[in-house]
Amino acid sequence: MMPPASVRGLDGGAVLVTGVCGRLGKRLARALHRQCRVVGLDRRPFRDRPADVEHHQVDLRSARARDVFANGVSAVVHLGVDHDPRGDSAEHHTSNVTGVQKLFEHVEHFGIKKVVLLSSANVYGPRPDNPQFLNEDAPLLGAGPFSQIRDLVELDMGSQAYLWRLADVATVILRPAHILGTVKNAPSNYLRLPVVPTLLGFDPMMQAVHQDDVVRAIMLALAPTARGVYNVAGPPPVPLSRVIELLERATVAVPHTVARLGVERLFRLRVTSFPAPELDFIRYVCMIDDARARRDLGYAPAHGLVSTLCAVDEERWLG
Amino acid sequence: MAQKTALARFTEAAYGRGLPLLRRVVDGAQRVVDGAQHAVDEVSQRLLGPDFEQRFRVLADRYERLGGDPFGFNPEAVRSAALASAFFHRAYFRTDVYDVDRVPEGRVMLVANHSGQIPIDAAIIGCALFFDANPPRITRAMVDKWTATLPFVSKFFSRMGQVVGLPENARRLLDMEELLLVFPEGMRGVSKPFEERYQLQEFGRGFMRLALETKTPIVPVGVIGAEEQYLSLGRASWAARAFGLPVFPLIPQMLVPGGQLPLPTKYRIFFGEPLYFEGDPDDATGVADKVYLVREAVAHILRRGLAQRRSIFL
Repeated sequence: MMPPASVRGLDGGAVLVTGVCGRLGKRLARALHRQCRVVGLDRRPFRDRPADVEHHQVDLRSARARDVFANGVSAVVHLGVDHDPRGDSAEHHTSNVTGVQKLFEHVEHFGIKKVVLLSSANVYGPRPDNPQFLNEDAPLLGAGPFSQIRDLVELDMGSQAYLWRLADVATVILRPAHILGTVKNAPSNYLRLPVVPTLLGFDPMMQAVHQDDVVRAIMLALAPTARGVYNVAGPPPVPLSRVIELLERATVAVPHTVARLGVERLFRLRVTSFPAPELDFIRYVCMIDDARARRDLGYAPAHGLVSTLCAVDEERWLG
Repeated sequence: MAQKTALARFTEAAYGRGLPLLRRVVDGAQRVVDGAQHAVDEVSQRLLGPDFEQRFRVLADRYERLGGDPFGFNPEAVRSAALASAFFHRAYFRTDVYDVDRVPEGRVMLVANHSGQIPIDAAIIGCALFFDANPPRITRAMVDKWTATLPFVSKFFSRMGQVVGLPENARRLLDMEELLLVFPEGMRGVSKPFEERYQLQEFGRGFMRLALETKTPIVPVGVIGAEEQYLSLGRASWAARAFGLPVFPLIPQMLVPGGQLPLPTKYRIFFGEPLYFEGDPDDATGVADKVYLVREAVAHILRRGLAQRRSIFL
């Protein structure tokens, strides 16, 4: 593995990581804790936590969370976005949107100078009329056909408002491509299916990024000068069929109308965790241009295509 | 000693006389198959041309050096589509290609008249640049975004190097020093009725703005023959709406068995001298003037080509 990027400019302050108990949060905590003080904040308990990582099992919106921000924090990484498509969507929406609002309130109040938010390239949405590579100025149309993503779009846009309003806070919004690895997100789960379904006659180009490359991008974004919105992509894109071929998965092609009806039915029966509008991700392109991150943050993916794809299977072998 | 049984006698006969006979039959069939195979090979060899492999290598090497094409173009797809394309290019439409060596190296925009109800003209221009140009080049045409919603079509276009027609995509391709094929008439051109053949429709201006921004030379191209391949009497807008199609041309020949194929007109493709433009891409009148010059160049090529032509089919 490539050595992780080093974190500069924290002046001995701590990095507060919300949603630290997620797979990505844990990886970030492990990558950070030898370089700086790491404070975790999550509603969930932090099992197998490194001894020097401080963890607060509280809700970001609660009054107790405010005290966590008060305690010598010089940077905040916000990973605590609830994506579970199963949950109550109104409840999600409230917790995600008010969560980020509280976060910025505390940041402003305690004079914290650095915030990194993990959004996603999904906010652009897969569309037939997408340019092959979207840059950061592209409109966030993801929520049109896919309402479950509207939290993320609103969170991204809300953070952008703070990015301009709080001029002395170096806010970074990262929009990574499909993150692959041991993480439990839709693209990784999809590629972990025993038989990977595709849509008959569609084979869009795909981008993916290794979870550790995302961790590195977050660490680079912690640099005091970094500020703005950045796409984060991995190795060069390949067709979906090539992805499945490289992973040596069995695959079945299903006509779109059948797939749509089937997935809708299965989702309602709680057999699958994929909402039907997510099918557009294997139908149309939703790829990003990360030239800005490469230029301003010095980001470059360390993992090639094969190692990025194979990361979804890592846990099977490591247990 | 027991008498030989019927079965034993039969077996003996089979081994003695039957087997050589069978072998002869099998050999004969094999020869017929070989012969047919040989004939097919010979025909495909003739259609593809003796230098097909070299041409294919040139393309494959280029994209290998680039580390793959970000739009999904796959040289192997060219190989699988080559025979069918070559058949239409060399046998069906018997394309004559004039002055293809005028196309400069590096980034370039071909601007052509668009016609023929379905965009066969784009495919044949692509054939001309692959089979007849030296070195061979792949033509990146801008396709309508509607095609991206169609199964198989979207995949096929992507593998063949076609790209959804957006300025961002065009700019990226030109930055990659690719050859872009542009039909500024767009849908207006391809679906025009028979009576308007070889009358250029209004040109869009996006291509000129892009050419000025990226300093790309423009090669005017005239395609003769495509405008007669389907005889369209007009457009039915209600049918287009009903079927969710961008246009619905009325083509009586489609009702005749075999009429679904285009008429075997003779294609002639004329490449003009490259035009180099300079100026402010945001100056609307300047851009319009330059677009007019390109349109005139294409119209001139068409007028000259039509004057030379003796027959639509020969």
